[in-house]
Amino acid sequence: MEVLSLLADGMLLSLQPLNLMMILIGVTVGLFIGAMPGLGSVNGVAILLPVTFLVPPGSAIIFLAAIYYGAMYGGAISSITLGIPGASTAVATTFDGRPLARQGKASLALVTAALASFVGGTVANILFTLFAPILATVALSFGPPEVFALMLLAFATFVGLGGDDIPKTVFSICFGLVLGAVGFDQISGAPRLVLFDYNGFLQGIGFLVLAIGVYGIGEMLWTIEQTRGEVTTTTPKMTAKGMAADTKEATKRGWKGTMIGSFLGFFVGILPAAGATPGSLMSYGVAKMVSRKPEEFGKGHPDGVAAPEAANNSASTGSMLPMLTLGIPGSPTTAILLGGMVIWGLVPGPRLFVDETEFVWGLIGSFYISNLAAVLMNLAFIPVFIWMLRMPFTILAPMIFVLSIAGGYAATRDMFDIWLMVGFGLGAFFLRKFDYPLAPAVLAIVLGPIAEPTLRQSLLLSSGDPSIFFTRPVAGPITIIALILIFLPAIKLLRRKRNTQKEPA
Amino acid sequence: MRVGEIVTAGFLALLSLYLMWKSTELPVGYIAGQGPGGGAWPFWLSGIMLICCGFTALNWWRENTPASRSDEPLLDAYGWKMLLFVGGGIIGFVALVSIISMYGAIAVFLFYYMWFLGRHSLWLSLLIALVTPIAMFFFFEGAMRITMPSGLPFTDPVFNVLYDIIY
Repeated sequence: MEVLSLLADGMLLSLQPLNLMMILIGVTVGLFIGAMPGLGSVNGVAILLPVTFLVPPGSAIIFLAAIYYGAMYGGAISSITLGIPGASTAVATTFDGRPLARQGKASLALVTAALASFVGGTVANILFTLFAPILATVALSFGPPEVFALMLLAFATFVGLGGDDIPKTVFSICFGLVLGAVGFDQISGAPRLVLFDYNGFLQGIGFLVLAIGVYGIGEMLWTIEQTRGEVTTTTPKMTAKGMAADTKEATKRGWKGTMIGSFLGFFVGILPAAGATPGSLMSYGVAKMVSRKPEEFGKGHPDGVAAPEAANNSASTGSMLPMLTLGIPGSPTTAILLGGMVIWGLVPGPRLFVDETEFVWGLIGSFYISNLAAVLMNLAFIPVFIWMLRMPFTILAPMIFVLSIAGGYAATRDMFDIWLMVGFGLGAFFLRKFDYPLAPAVLAIVLGPIAEPTLRQSLLLSSGDPSIFFTRPVAGPITIIALILIFLPAIKLLRRKRNTQKEPA
Repeated sequence: MRVGEIVTAGFLALLSLYLMWKSTELPVGYIAGQGPGGGAWPFWLSGIMLICCGFTALNWWRENTPASRSDEPLLDAYGWKMLLFVGGGIIGFVALVSIISMYGAIAVFLFYYMWFLGRHSLWLSLLIALVTPIAMFFFFEGAMRITMPSGLPFTDPVFNVLYDIIY
């Protein structure tokens, strides 16, 4: 009961005029930042952090958290309407969101994304409120072997996502991981993989460079080539009746994915350094695995939109948990929020709940209000996003190229990265022609810098013995599940071949 | 497509070998008391990439993949033309950024694409090519406080006028 009372006080605090205004502005700004290819919540929060010094710390963090929420909703918009994920957290949304848009069901995809995000956010808020201390303790007990096992599980789901050509999928994963290793060795600090001895590679290859190259340039070139320039952009009619029908269909066909994403996303989100990207990817994989019609995934299944969207919203709330209770950021965005809190004179950690009760519960209360504001704003702006699809493709295509280049520069501030982006785009176009799946590479470049140090630390702990991943109570089952997933397609293939050989006899 | 498939696999195998060789600049084995060397992670991953290329070649030989069975050309005349005009346009766009600024390059690229490739009317092409970079200037420089490349000094007078408006 005490929790409910504190939550009610927090909600009242977040409904004060200044805080409410901060929520509404933050959510709207976040929605548009998230929808822009190349700009995600981390860019929005980082860029607008200085603005928050104009208001009290409580209102400031509410504003930044609202941007975070809005950006999580907004990421789905570009994934669905343009086929370009606004941020890494929305990559999995592209798999089914874009096919739905191409079938003329963009409004269904957007409504599904909005509703799943809302449910994901709400479930995460309730879990956050009720189980914060217990879950924080569980997450704290995760050591490097557990985190690496989790990464292995995320990579294992890639194999299932990449279609039938397993060697090309595994190549794509490894390529993304190697690209993530370019720059400096994180442990020794020595320069590593400075390709062709070009100094530009010393700063590493950012996720956005590969993501925008693949999705903003390569994918667009492929689309223009495949459609002969006559892209069949859908022109769905947005009416209140149509949206009601979409809501009904989204609820009917997307509830399972929403539930999976809501719970799995939250759990992955609270793990330090995991965050919304692996959460959304794993939720997509699990939703596909448990679906009665897994073959419809990748072709436009509402569950394929609902699962990653519910998960990324849920994980974004979850990632706030270790930040507030332990002072460990769960994602890059929460790392910036953490920095802001320190600047405002607040010390994140267990004492925060005792010393700054009003601040903590005001923030938790604002999560609920922001989530509600984000879904309303998102649904209200859907006609605007649909309008983007109605533009002739010869206007939309150059706009996407311009947004990709300008957005890419805004995020990296380096022309070398822009050239690299163009190179990746042209390479991606040719690889796509030969059915190399590229999404695994994009996601692997994000997870690589998390996976490598945890692997090295684990092996150091065990003096080079890899059995450490099998003998620990939490890491063991996760590793075994991951290995089963990795070898499952190969076992299926062997079984299919054996059956084919038996048939003629 | 069939030839392209094996050529691509061969190119990627060479890339994997190069990455393996490049990784050996740092230790790739286990160092007692320090754990795996700095080059181990990319070295073994590149090794897996090389093995994958081998499997792709095997699939090509057995004609297991759609591309390995296809006799169609990689790109037809339209495809090459598209790649030249659109891909070349993007390269030209990025090359122009350092000369006439990001916003100038956006204007030129939009006009080129819409008027030359899209066959839109001159007025519509000009309107979008001018309004978009100006709107983006106020968004990036004014609202987001992100400074984009301003090109060579001859663009300064235009930027001075625009900066006077936002500051």
